[in-house]
Amino acid sequence: MAHTPETTSALHGVMAEYDSGQALVDAARKTMAQGFTRVEAYSPVPIEDLNTIIHKSRTVLPKLVLAGGLAGMATGFGLQYWASAIEYPMNIGGRPLASWTTFIVPSYELTILFASLTAAIGMIMLCGLPQPYHPVFNVGRFSMASSDKFFLVIESTDPKFGGAAAFLRDTGAKGVYDVEE
Amino acid sequence: MDPNLHRPMALQETPVILPGHDFETVTETIAEVPLSKRFPLGWLGIFLVALGGAGMLHMALGYLLIKGIGIWGNQVPVGWAFDIINFVWWIGIGHAGTLISAILLLFKQQWRMSISRLAEAMTIFAVVCAAIFPVFHTGRPWLAAYWLFPYPNAMGLWPQFKSPLIWDVFAVSTYATVSIVFWYIGMIPDLASLRDRAVSKVKAAIYGMLSLGWRGSARHWHRYEVATLILAGLSTPLVLSVHTVVSFDFAVSLIPGWHATIFPPYFVAGAIYAGFAMVLNLAIPVRRFYGMESLITMRHIENMAKIMLATGLLVSYGYACEAFFSWYSGSPHERFMMYNRMFGPYGWSYWTLIAINAVMIQLLWLKSIRTNTVVLFVISLFVGVGMWLERFVIIVTSLNRDFVPSSWGMYYPTRWDFMTFFGTIGLFLTLFLLFLRFVPMISIFEVKTLLPQAKVKADH
Repeated sequence: MAHTPETTSALHGVMAEYDSGQALVDAARKTMAQGFTRVEAYSPVPIEDLNTIIHKSRTVLPKLVLAGGLAGMATGFGLQYWASAIEYPMNIGGRPLASWTTFIVPSYELTILFASLTAAIGMIMLCGLPQPYHPVFNVGRFSMASSDKFFLVIESTDPKFGGAAAFLRDTGAKGVYDVEE
Repeated sequence: MDPNLHRPMALQETPVILPGHDFETVTETIAEVPLSKRFPLGWLGIFLVALGGAGMLHMALGYLLIKGIGIWGNQVPVGWAFDIINFVWWIGIGHAGTLISAILLLFKQQWRMSISRLAEAMTIFAVVCAAIFPVFHTGRPWLAAYWLFPYPNAMGLWPQFKSPLIWDVFAVSTYATVSIVFWYIGMIPDLASLRDRAVSKVKAAIYGMLSLGWRGSARHWHRYEVATLILAGLSTPLVLSVHTVVSFDFAVSLIPGWHATIFPPYFVAGAIYAGFAMVLNLAIPVRRFYGMESLITMRHIENMAKIMLATGLLVSYGYACEAFFSWYSGSPHERFMMYNRMFGPYGWSYWTLIAINAVMIQLLWLKSIRTNTVVLFVISLFVGVGMWLERFVIIVTSLNRDFVPSSWGMYYPTRWDFMTFFGTIGLFLTLFLLFLRFVPMISIFEVKTLLPQAKVKADH
């Protein structure tokens, strides 16, 4: 995306780089204690505490998956009941048309199928992916976020953003960079 | 906390990852293979052979479509033969991947991490090979859509939902879909690593698109971990259900030798047994030729051998049960079936199977065997043969001499049967070699979580 000279000054935020997960978690705790609110942390491995420290909220994904699974079960059972008892009734050895026990396996499989697809697609959508462009990628060092460096970003929409860069330098950061929009 | 703290001494000797690795070396070691321009010459050699096998499969299937399924050897009374033997064999092999990535995840088995990607890939390719048989045994696969899948077609027909064969369609297609989804989701952070390391613009763009723009933010990871845990929880009952439903294809029928309640657990144990043998057959050469010994350690190899031993014993118990049931049933047909299985014209296949799956497998009690990769590789090959024979025995010897002696007959596979079967092995290896070349074969981010760098103190 071509930036005109006037817009280059627009900042997404400031980014601090750390060497270890421990340093990142310590910095994230300090940052939140300082009263910053628009903060995000980036790490090459999942760190369980980070989300709790920064966002303090858990994802709704499990509830979506439950709904997906129930929808799958209803679809599976409904499909078989409708096809066997209503749309195409066929007498097989005098057995009941709606013999629900024989419908268990496909209902079960569709429960798992729908729930799994909800978990996968739901996770991707909730993460806002696919998202090929994001300002953090403008920082050259950020390519190390998928290897062995840890990053903390305070976004420019934060009310206390004015002192953010100076604050991050004091958190033991190996480097502090501007993140251009 | 030191993960070795509560482990017995024997396991402490070989760690999950050998010392000397940090985040950077792990990323480098694994990402180098797909990102490098060069590849081992041996890879090309094996790839060409495998591709030849896949070509043979195309020939065999092409001729099948022209001539019809009469080119195969199955004929009344043995109406099911290579097509279902190979289907069950392949789908069974697929079970190890999900077992490793889902069940061992729920049990927090850390050694799973180095081999899960490889085993999941194996699962998907095995399911692809398995699917070929039921689809092509219909003779006209383009019509199989309305035989198998419930969709509103112009004839107003619906599948017979009271049949285990339709349950199988649902089980296997769900399994294939969920395995692919689980595999892909597990790969997203690693694809982002490849994107960030790729020197070539084309590779960076391709891996970038595949990684969906993954950034590894705290929110991303939180949702990712929740999703992975849920997928593991869902895959666990799924993987157990798949071979159970496959066994229903037999157990729900009234054929002596098939109509047995032991079938579901016995099939699942056999599937895991054959699957781990295949993982060993793939992992032993891969760790050697790609220099991954520090990530896939003797710990992994030995643990897999132990699981193979345990499931092998379960399978042997199944054989004993089958023999006992047929005697205890008091049914002359059941008793004759077992007699025919042991001493009939196919007796050699039964005794070879017992020699491999019940006798040879006892070697794995010895630590010296479990840690000898060459011997273990050969044993695993034999396990593959043994499990193939198990399906041959179950299917052919139950059918070739049924209730009425006038309808007895022998089954002889034709060259097309063999070409199709060996062709699927070629296809499997082709897909697996492409996987090794273009995808990180070990989960980069999961292995990193085992390193001290990833450890964070629980509280301040």
